[in-house]
Amino acid sequence: MNKKTISGRETGKSNSINNIEKPENNTLITAEGLYLYYDNNEEAALKNISMKIEKQKVTAFIGPSGCGKSSLLRCFNRMNELSSTCRLEGKIHIQDQDIYDPEVNIAELRRNVGMVFQKPNPFPKSIYENVAYGLRIQGEKDKDKINQIVKSSLKAAALWGEVKDRLNSTAINLSGGQQQRLVIARAIAVQPQVILLDEPASALDPISTLKIEELIHELKKQYTIVIVTHNMQQAARVSDYAAFLYLGKLVEFGKTNDIFTKPRKKMTEDYITGRYG
Amino acid sequence: MYKKTNTDSVREEVRQYFKEGDYGIAIFAACLGISLALVGAVMLLILVKGFAHFMPNDLHSYEVRLSGSETTLKIAGEVAARERITHQVLIESGYTPAVKKDLYERILLKNGNRELGRDYRWILVDDILAKEQDPDLTLIERYSYGNFYGTPQSIKPINPATEELSISYEEGEGGEDADRGEWQAKLKSVLRYNKKIRKEMAKLQSKKIDKINYRLEKIRLETNRLKIRKEATAEKLQELEAKRTELYAMAQEAEEQLVLLDDQLNQHELHMLTADGTAVAINFSQIVRLYQSNQLGFGGRSKVYLARLAEFVSGKPRESNTEGGVFPAILGTVMMVLLMTIFVMPLGVITAFYLYIYAKQSFITRAIRIAVNNLAGVPSIVYGMFGLGFFVYTIGGSLDQLFYPEALPTPTFGSGGILWASLTLALLTLPVVIVSTEEGLTRIPRHLPEGSMALGATRFETLWRISLPIVSPSIMTGMILAIARATGEVAPLMLVGVVKLAPSLPLDGNFPFLHLDRKFMHLGFHIYDVGFQSPNVEAARPLIYATAALLLLVVLMLNSIAIIIRNRLRESYKNLS
Repeated sequence: MNKKTISGRETGKSNSINNIEKPENNTLITAEGLYLYYDNNEEAALKNISMKIEKQKVTAFIGPSGCGKSSLLRCFNRMNELSSTCRLEGKIHIQDQDIYDPEVNIAELRRNVGMVFQKPNPFPKSIYENVAYGLRIQGEKDKDKINQIVKSSLKAAALWGEVKDRLNSTAINLSGGQQQRLVIARAIAVQPQVILLDEPASALDPISTLKIEELIHELKKQYTIVIVTHNMQQAARVSDYAAFLYLGKLVEFGKTNDIFTKPRKKMTEDYITGRYG
Repeated sequence: MYKKTNTDSVREEVRQYFKEGDYGIAIFAACLGISLALVGAVMLLILVKGFAHFMPNDLHSYEVRLSGSETTLKIAGEVAARERITHQVLIESGYTPAVKKDLYERILLKNGNRELGRDYRWILVDDILAKEQDPDLTLIERYSYGNFYGTPQSIKPINPATEELSISYEEGEGGEDADRGEWQAKLKSVLRYNKKIRKEMAKLQSKKIDKINYRLEKIRLETNRLKIRKEATAEKLQELEAKRTELYAMAQEAEEQLVLLDDQLNQHELHMLTADGTAVAINFSQIVRLYQSNQLGFGGRSKVYLARLAEFVSGKPRESNTEGGVFPAILGTVMMVLLMTIFVMPLGVITAFYLYIYAKQSFITRAIRIAVNNLAGVPSIVYGMFGLGFFVYTIGGSLDQLFYPEALPTPTFGSGGILWASLTLALLTLPVVIVSTEEGLTRIPRHLPEGSMALGATRFETLWRISLPIVSPSIMTGMILAIARATGEVAPLMLVGVVKLAPSLPLDGNFPFLHLDRKFMHLGFHIYDVGFQSPNVEAARPLIYATAALLLLVVLMLNSIAIIIRNRLRESYKNLS
């Protein structure tokens, strides 16, 4: 595979990765022997994690607070590097591309691996400008193209009907659930391959949560989704695969159905049935 | 059950009162009240004293007994101040009052007529034998020698050869009204004519003579430059010489025009009589305006008030700054502050961004931050010294050596000027801008820049598109504080370019319009200069208040603009969680 598809702005086509031929197997992301240290003297936040994440499936990370699920998620788009003392060992490949290769263009990687945070974080701009943000960063000037992508992204995020009449009003005044769907639309607008969801519904009311879950079902037809959640029922409802992490270790990883109905490890069973965590 | 306990004793009531902390509220309210009262009193005093000065007062003529003698003095003028003093003080000042009392009241009479003697006099109220509000008393504001108080006699042509007759103010008892009409008409026509001529002269001065002088100076410098660079060929010199001759001719022509115009000003004299009967002839070219305030109603006085106020705001100073206007000082202040803002804002904001976003948070960055905070507390005169030593002598001196050797030994940038003054103040206000920008940056929720980076924006793109707009209200707060501090600062300016009387404005019609090397006037310095360095303290005192009021208004205006902009920006980001 051509390295430049991820690493190169020099290719000029930022979305080229979507157009290339798909490999035979269905694995998109591979992690091998991951160790993550936030501070040199500290204990590793992630210990020896290896997993394969399948294309166009929803993979859920579950586990008690502080077990490293968010840290693992943030490894996939290198968001951990925002804190300067962070250090990673091991390898992560997305479609055979080592994303920790020094030659990788981080901005390009993050465009390919979108992320939605726990707290809705729309920018203090208009709804339209929020969705168009990624495109403007890429230097897109074609107004018609931006209009069309904004519209399709908002539709894909099931928000178009609610905001189509007030695209130019500020995004800050939307409700929490709307804000979160706006943020998803913003992530979709740059046409990533993977969407990382970091507890996307934990700050929302039940109805908004339901809408987000429905959205995830829709989105997985086109995107590979990795979701971190505290909510067991949610993990069971939305995901195809589930990974249970505990104290930075991957305890069990498999089909969601298997994990929830016949977990192989006692620890997993205890957690799922609510005996601790 | 939850009913308030029924207080059956006073003691219990008092205990309850203190328990609920109501006395605290009273103290808070009292503190707020005191602060507001102090600020209000300052503003009120300055505004009232400053702006009341321009209102024409009643004029009185007095008959006054002179100290220790039976002779009396007739004197006219307006009351400038009033005070009570003790017998002791009076004796010590060398004055023997006629009657012995504990307390004496005395007035400060502004009696003008400086060419005849003192223009201010303290008079004991007990010494006043007679006081009259004569409607004919006239106040003449003059271009030199200050005010004149007296009664008009006649308007006479200066050149006796003209056929024109003199017009007398009062011709006998009978035909007063008719004559007064003629008098008024003549007075008005002469004054109006002189005003027109003055306007023409000012136009000639600014549009022609100043320009010619500016170009002559340029040619002189050009010649010097050629000589220094040893490029002075005879041909080039000749060319310059030709230009110079041409300009000289133009200058001479303009000068002649000016003299002609000046002659037209000197056509009439106003003959006046002072209160003690001395006849004085005043050339109309000396008269700024004249009025008989005792005859003026509210409307008439308001007209005079507005005219005097307008002169103060838009005119140039006269009589070593004790009269005339302060326009050059207003312009100097505003321009200096604007230049300072242009220098300090980018520098401060970029520094803050670097410190907060890019610099590694370590012992050194913490030390720098503390140092920046402490810089705000350095006395401003220290900045003035730095500005003089570094900007003026080192940088300015080097600039002169490099780029303006032809003007030496006259310094161009090597002496104080508006550029160095605004740079010095920019340095002085830099900490304020850095601190408030950084404070704004710390308030940005972390998930916003993260969201931007997660979309593939680089750190700089995030800074430019997300952080900068969000932090803009804080930046504006920094700007407001910087402007407020810079406008009020005087001490450092005295070292780096402020003067009591600048010959030319830093902004004028000669290319390149903005003259950064020029010295300038400043309202704050003007207050100091007029108030404490003036040869005529009594005359200058009201102007201190007026100038201070104006300085307050300038600060208020500059700050209001910044606050309006900030509030607009804030509106956009108010719901940011």
